[in-house]
Amino acid sequence: MSLPERQPPTLEVRDLHTRFHTRDGVLPVVDGLSFTLERGQVLGLVGESGSGKSVTGYSIMGLLEAPGRIEHGQVLFQGQDLLTLAPRERRKLQGHRLAMIFQDPMGTLNPVLRIETQMVEAVRAHRRCSTAQARQQALDSLASMGIPSPQERLRAYPHQLSGGMRQRVAIAIALLHGPDLVIADEPTTALDVTLQAQILSEVQTLVRERGTSLIWITHDLSVVAGLADRIAVMYAGRIVEQGTVDEVLDHPQHPYTQGLIGSLPSANRRGQRLRQIIGMAPNLLDMPAGCAFAPRCPRASDSCGQRPDFSAPRPAASGHQVRCHHPGPRQDSPEAHP
Amino acid sequence: MIGWLLRRIGQAALVVLLMTLVVFIGLHAIGNPADILIGEDLNQQERLAAIARLGLDQPLWRQYLAFLDGALHGSLGRSFVYQEDAFHLILQRLPATLELAVAALLLALVIGVPLGLAAGMWPEHPLSRAAMAASIVGFSLPAFWVALMLIMVFSVHLGWLPASGRGATREWLGIAWSWLTLDGLQHLVLPAFNLALFKISLVMRLTRAGVREVLPQDFVRFARAKGLSPARVLWVHVLRNTLIPLVTVLGLELGSTIAYAVVTESIFAWPGAGKLILDSINSLDRPVVVAYLMVVVLIFVSLNLLVDLLYKLLDPRVRLEGAA
Amino acid sequence: MNHRQRPEDTAQALRWLQDFARSRLAVAGLLVLLGVLLLAITAPWVTPQNPYDLMQLDVLDARLPPGSPQGGGLYTYWLGTDGQGRDLYSAIVYGLRISLLVGLGSALIAACTGTLLGLVAAQAGGPIDALLMRLVDLLLSFPTILMALMILAYVGKGVGNVVLTLVLLEWAYYARTARGQALVESQRGYVDAARGLGLGRWRILIGHILPNCLPPLLVIAALQVARAITLEATLSFLGLGVPITEPSLGLLIANGYQYLLSNEYWISLFPGLALLITIVAINLVGDQLREVLNPRAQR
Repeated sequence: MSLPERQPPTLEVRDLHTRFHTRDGVLPVVDGLSFTLERGQVLGLVGESGSGKSVTGYSIMGLLEAPGRIEHGQVLFQGQDLLTLAPRERRKLQGHRLAMIFQDPMGTLNPVLRIETQMVEAVRAHRRCSTAQARQQALDSLASMGIPSPQERLRAYPHQLSGGMRQRVAIAIALLHGPDLVIADEPTTALDVTLQAQILSEVQTLVRERGTSLIWITHDLSVVAGLADRIAVMYAGRIVEQGTVDEVLDHPQHPYTQGLIGSLPSANRRGQRLRQIIGMAPNLLDMPAGCAFAPRCPRASDSCGQRPDFSAPRPAASGHQVRCHHPGPRQDSPEAHP
Repeated sequence: MIGWLLRRIGQAALVVLLMTLVVFIGLHAIGNPADILIGEDLNQQERLAAIARLGLDQPLWRQYLAFLDGALHGSLGRSFVYQEDAFHLILQRLPATLELAVAALLLALVIGVPLGLAAGMWPEHPLSRAAMAASIVGFSLPAFWVALMLIMVFSVHLGWLPASGRGATREWLGIAWSWLTLDGLQHLVLPAFNLALFKISLVMRLTRAGVREVLPQDFVRFARAKGLSPARVLWVHVLRNTLIPLVTVLGLELGSTIAYAVVTESIFAWPGAGKLILDSINSLDRPVVVAYLMVVVLIFVSLNLLVDLLYKLLDPRVRLEGAA
Repeated sequence: MNHRQRPEDTAQALRWLQDFARSRLAVAGLLVLLGVLLLAITAPWVTPQNPYDLMQLDVLDARLPPGSPQGGGLYTYWLGTDGQGRDLYSAIVYGLRISLLVGLGSALIAACTGTLLGLVAAQAGGPIDALLMRLVDLLLSFPTILMALMILAYVGKGVGNVVLTLVLLEWAYYARTARGQALVESQRGYVDAARGLGLGRWRILIGHILPNCLPPLLVIAALQVARAITLEATLSFLGLGVPITEPSLGLLIANGYQYLLSNEYWISLFPGLALLITIVAINLVGDQLREVLNPRAQR
């Protein structure tokens, strides 16, 4: 397959450092993050609460607020570094070429304004047109999301819609101008399971149709299993493992990833004790000098006092990278004892 | 909606009725109502005649009904000092007080809201800090003392503004207003500003607190994510949410402002209802005191009702509760 | 289970002190307040004259500007004298006494009665609760100044009556907060745990719920003291408060009103400044207390 002149990837994050300056100290919430996202790819960014995944999303979108500050790194969106943009230039991209969806649909929409108002303003922020035209675009967008009676929905207020409907509206707003990148920050966490599955599949379709790149942030591996092309696992502000979804899920190399997969209820047999990762997420103020996961790691040794760099332990999959001194399959898996 | 309105009006009427009962009982519990309502410089025969006329020799419940009856017809007794119907007297003075109160509230809004907005959006800015520190001084200031200082500086020392009185008036809708004349405005400035001082601090702090509560909410972030200009985020999204509680508080503050006008009117010799009540208390003109009480109750209950209504209209979550 | 001196309590209290000290203004306010209190308590020893003792006043010394020497040359009128020849400095210190007494006294009484009533309402529930809360709502919806005027118009002047008036008007704030807080607390786990241990309702109320209601009540108390002092000053200014022989700050200011136009400003200015400083100090402290004790503000 020959490639015509190489287009820059949709998103390339290089060594991103976002720190929070609180009165108790400086928290390295995002600690040297790097990844690449090609056009039309879906990346699942997985991590537990406090791993820095949401802050990563805000940092990329340019929505970071005090006391957080981006202190190092580059965020290259289609080759252009977003971090060096003037606010006015960045605003032209936000909601237009870059979009974000948040977790809580009730909080996302302004409760005292009609859906119509909020959608029309989103249209007119990036397109010179009349209110009527903007309204029409909003209607079309809602219809394309498969939302029934869009006229009524427009006139409604957020609290009059169900949770799932609100989230669909939020997604519709995000996709209004056909962005090249959408960041979804746990959009289905607050919804029930059936709704979750529905929205997941809807988003999947939309993204495939339009060739939009998507970063889906979640703490739930099972959610991204069917949706993502690539997975990046985050722990304490760092990516500890990344690769294609098949690679990471079938051949996890990092003990944390293995712990995550192992603790999924579906991976456990009924009647057996539920597998867990021992210990708790680290206090960012009190991080160990070397590998952040060492205190909880079954394979920890003295060499883990040094921060590990990325390595590619599986020769068959060069894109599969791990940040570990002792990468390898899980002890009790067949791969460990060939 | 209509159902709610009717219920609220019913509640309000109940409160007013309750207050009439309280006032009535108060009249009879504190002392001899004859003394309170008739006055002390009548001889024995005149007294007996007055008592009979006012029905004070009737059983209690009859008297109460008579009192209510009189109240409904707008008659709550005759002032000793002015020899006029007390209710009528108060109504005459009310426009002056209202003028003062509304001017004060307008000042508070115009000065307080922008300052509060700024303090909420940029709390670390030295000007914001200064404004907040000033607001603490603002509502610590004893209003009557400030009035004296204002007079001292602007009237005695600088001679810019008059120290007392209401100034020239012009008629509008059958009532004499002073803000329609330049001379009237000059007289209005100092007392209105004095009355407004406390309110400015209140409005500023309320606005700031409101902004601080609204800003971290997700929908503000989402608005920014849409690429909206900061101006639009502020004026449409933040302000709309902040204003709703602010407006309700202000509505209630109008009542409180009318009440506190008593002090300001007394110092600036502003001929409003407040000055009237103070003079009446001091000269033991009790019918006026009673009438004033009833008028104030009425004003307050109506204001409460209006504010509730306004809140319902402004906040769609509350408005459409029954509909959805 | 004896929870008197839990280590978490002392740690929490220390944390509050630390948080409080973060605002330099509030600490300054606290220091000023302590200074004012000290002045008021030691009044007879730090003033050259007892302004309430008519024998010590010299009418010939009336309306002297600040810095003038006393007629007999014994001391200087640092802040001048008022219309009756009182040394303004002494009058202010003694006036502060009254203001503080009235403010703190009424706040204390109102706090105790109000809190008790609020707790009772929360505990009793049902019609008693509803009645009490209606009463509180009614009371709080009317402006204090008007109610105070009405009450004083009927009961007459005097320090005791002023305190009575203030208590009647203030108890409602404490009652409402105490009730609300008690209701919230009674939903908490530890109440069920205590009940599970067989502790009586009242024991739980006083021993467990009350201590947790204290923080917001403390905040209200601080701000109420300021309001009480201001209200007393206003009432005295209007001639409805303390008697003229023992003037509080408000009355001093009122006395100075007539001399304003002849530019003898100090008679109203200095008592007013003293009042202002005291109230600002209380408000600064109260404001910071609210920041510190408000659970929402905590990270």
